[in-house]
Amino acid sequence: MGVDRRQFLKITGLSALAGLGGKTAFELLAPGKVEAALPLMEGKRWAMVIDMRGMTEEIMKKCREACHRVHNVPEFDDPKVEIKWIWEEDFTHAFPDQEQGNEYVADKDEHRNFLLLCNHCSNPPCCRVCPTGATWQREDGIVMMDWHRCIGCRFCMAGCPFGSRSFNWGDPRLAPKELNPGFPTNLEFPTRTKGVVEKCTFCDERLAKGQLPACVETANKIKNDTLIFGDLADPESNVRQALRKHFTIRRKAELGTGPNVYYII
Amino acid sequence: MANLSQEWRMMRMYDGGKIIVGLVIGLCLLLSPFFFNAGKAAKAPQPELTAKAKEAKQCVASTAYMRTSHMHLLDDWRQTVVRDGERYMTAPDGKIYYKSLQVTCMGCHSNKSKFCDQCHNYVDIDPYCWDCHIEPKENK
Repeated sequence: MGVDRRQFLKITGLSALAGLGGKTAFELLAPGKVEAALPLMEGKRWAMVIDMRGMTEEIMKKCREACHRVHNVPEFDDPKVEIKWIWEEDFTHAFPDQEQGNEYVADKDEHRNFLLLCNHCSNPPCCRVCPTGATWQREDGIVMMDWHRCIGCRFCMAGCPFGSRSFNWGDPRLAPKELNPGFPTNLEFPTRTKGVVEKCTFCDERLAKGQLPACVETANKIKNDTLIFGDLADPESNVRQALRKHFTIRRKAELGTGPNVYYII
Repeated sequence: MANLSQEWRMMRMYDGGKIIVGLVIGLCLLLSPFFFNAGKAAKAPQPELTAKAKEAKQCVASTAYMRTSHMHLLDDWRQTVVRDGERYMTAPDGKIYYKSLQVTCMGCHSNKSKFCDQCHNYVDIDPYCWDCHIEPKENK
């Protein structure tokens, strides 16, 4: 009998390791000095818990403004061309499955807005349909976007059941000046260009510097623990503790995309 | 054999003089830019350094490497930062840099027109970095 598949894989893997040479293999396997010296935030499965009990219209507005300011997201005041990374939506539109399951929703929930953003799904349909690999799931669970590679086919927008993705129908720098004073507002972050899809990235650029996402920081300055951000893979993390303590719902969980944004009702 | 030379003689050029003069004038016109600009090659522009860049003395890599291969370095940065999430690099001298065109490169080389554009214009390339990345504000 010849070599079976398992043996073949083992041999290939070992010879690849050997071929990489002692030093390189060591560097690949052991974390470098650089990472240890920098304030990187590391997680295996980033998630957010949104406590709607303490949430107000003001906090949601501040979160949206902060996010859109640090990411140079333009305002168009036209739902046909709007770009949104984080936004407000009423119960019926945020949780249509809950509404279907229960016709009689409590007044306090039915007639209020919820804070929505990309769910950074565990099983993201947007990444499955992207033909160029411009959107993919990072090892820490973040559904990332590479705007260099996006060709603007908008398959991901069709794939996402949450409306988390927006398309740049025109150059964002040509957005109306009176709605966008001082645009681009963050000179350390790029804008996007015409023909590119964009969305929330869980502030990967801030995580890399050891900072919390902009919305989390903003909300918690107004009222602590309204937005809780942490690592679901760590059983002792703040998000896991919050999920243990409270009943939460997720948007359209029955679709099986595994949303990682939880709402305490 | 005789027939061949006869055939040659029979191939007459009608209005031969006019055609040849026209060809010569046409050729002269075609080549005139070369004669006109002979010996006057446009000088390759030298990138100018800002005071901050001069003070730093050392870029993220050697000057020779940066001159010839900055585009490969930037391409590598864009790949490793966005795809692999590696936002920092250690230079040979041990200094740690934040890998960002907009923040790190342009933070030092804030004179984009004199540092980037004039050479890019000279070699007639038009990098599309600036469609998204924000150019530094220059005091011209």
